[in-house]
Amino acid sequence: MKDYELIVVGGGPAGLAAAAGAWEAGLRKILIVERDVELGGILNQCIHNGFGLHYFKEELTGPEYAGRFIKRLAGTDIEVLSDTMVLDVTEGPAVLVSGRECGCRLIQADSVVLAMGCRERTRGAISIPGSRPAGIFTAGTAQRYINIEGYMVGSRVVILGSGDIGLIMARRLTLEGAKVLACVEVMPHPGGLSRNIAQCLNDFNIPLYLSHTVTDIIGKDRVEKVIVSQVDERRRPIPGTEMEFECDTLLLSVGLIPENELSRRAGIEIDPRTNGPVVYGSMETSMPGVFACGNVVHVHDLVDNVSDEGERAGRSAAEYVLGGDKDAAPDGKAVSLKNGEGVTYTVPQHIYPSAGAADVYFRVAHTFDKSVIRVLDDGEEVLSFRRARMAPGEMEKITIPADKAAALKGTVTVLAQEA
Amino acid sequence: MAHEFICTVCPRGCHLRVDDDMNVTGNSCPRGVKYAIAEVTAPTRVVTSTVRINGAALRRCPVRTAAPIPKGLMGEAVKALSDVTLTAPVETGDVVIADVLGTGVDFIATKTFAKV
Repeated sequence: MKDYELIVVGGGPAGLAAAAGAWEAGLRKILIVERDVELGGILNQCIHNGFGLHYFKEELTGPEYAGRFIKRLAGTDIEVLSDTMVLDVTEGPAVLVSGRECGCRLIQADSVVLAMGCRERTRGAISIPGSRPAGIFTAGTAQRYINIEGYMVGSRVVILGSGDIGLIMARRLTLEGAKVLACVEVMPHPGGLSRNIAQCLNDFNIPLYLSHTVTDIIGKDRVEKVIVSQVDERRRPIPGTEMEFECDTLLLSVGLIPENELSRRAGIEIDPRTNGPVVYGSMETSMPGVFACGNVVHVHDLVDNVSDEGERAGRSAAEYVLGGDKDAAPDGKAVSLKNGEGVTYTVPQHIYPSAGAADVYFRVAHTFDKSVIRVLDDGEEVLSFRRARMAPGEMEKITIPADKAAALKGTVTVLAQEA
Repeated sequence: MAHEFICTVCPRGCHLRVDDDMNVTGNSCPRGVKYAIAEVTAPTRVVTSTVRINGAALRRCPVRTAAPIPKGLMGEAVKALSDVTLTAPVETGDVVIADVLGTGVDFIATKTFAKV
């Protein structure tokens, strides 16, 4: 007898949904391990609204969205170990935890859901030249300081990167009295959702410089100014295009990386395109009984999608545990999904044709106007989907209906073309 | 003069266009029409921020306006929050400031805090 039927690593939106999904699918001994002192993960610092339109059919703030799930769990016997770090996930599966209350111990489980989320890329990850004064924050760190700790980070701010957190922070800082001088994006298109460009930058007349980057940071103790240059199509700064911004703060919103130290150390196969575990349609990873969901698999734009994926992982874990023969593979052989032209990755990476309708998530490589998504089976088109517009900042989803999925035989390619 | 902007009702981000006769194009749902007309006549926004809280595990309690308020009042509404200090326990939905700036809309707490 194992200690638990399911251990969920991480109590953010993905982990909460996975635990809820597993409970509703019949598991009764579930443990969530969370390193923070409270559940909810990053939703707690995302105090802005715009969450839940799909999942709850109403517009909520981050804490409210998390609150709904925490309430849902309160009606169950799901156990929570907070302020506790998972040090290792090993075969078995088993989870090595360390916390003030529980000490350091190995907990055995029938199944594990990985829901560790992601981390922000830092200045080191993008190698910005210049001095190293105070006043340089990742956007999410600044968000935590302002919204949870109650510290203002600066008064004149430049934001590098147009990811959603950077855009949200542009508005937040402005409303709290700071002057946001510019949002600077190295790519020719914004990184975040169009609605965030509209309501966070345009509403406050904050200029967005596309195809620009920060090429120098100047300041002794505190940031004094940053230099912004235009870049060419290969993202190299163009000499002579330098602009100077006098500011005391630089926020970085330059991408998120799935946090897979645990998965890697466990020997779980990682997809270099997503930096997350390779998963099947059930969200099972390459390690039997270990599932993954949310931003640890691939970085999402919408928490609603994370919740869907989490519930799917939780239900799958329940089926795995309650299904009896653990060594029995699903019926038939899995087929692999590949990204074709215009598509940068797909999740899941493998599907079982016998498993029914398959939702496939992916991102496009550049912006598309009227376009078509094609699904090929060994080069032969089996499905196509029309889109009015697609952008890399907005995750796309297609559903392969059960009958079409059942007929898949070879390597499946998903590609995007202008119509 | 025609107005063009991005719909912020949902994450889809439709590119809306409103002509002089208030005809809306580019929307994919009826909510887009409503948003577009409001945007060119009387734009509104939900405002979110935080206030001080005593007696809780954390120092700030997140809040939002219970409904959208006129866009031009966003800055002033946030300023009004600096005078507020809550004391735990606080429930999600508790009124933090009633009738913000005469809009008829309340600022409400968006998180539950137990007393510690």
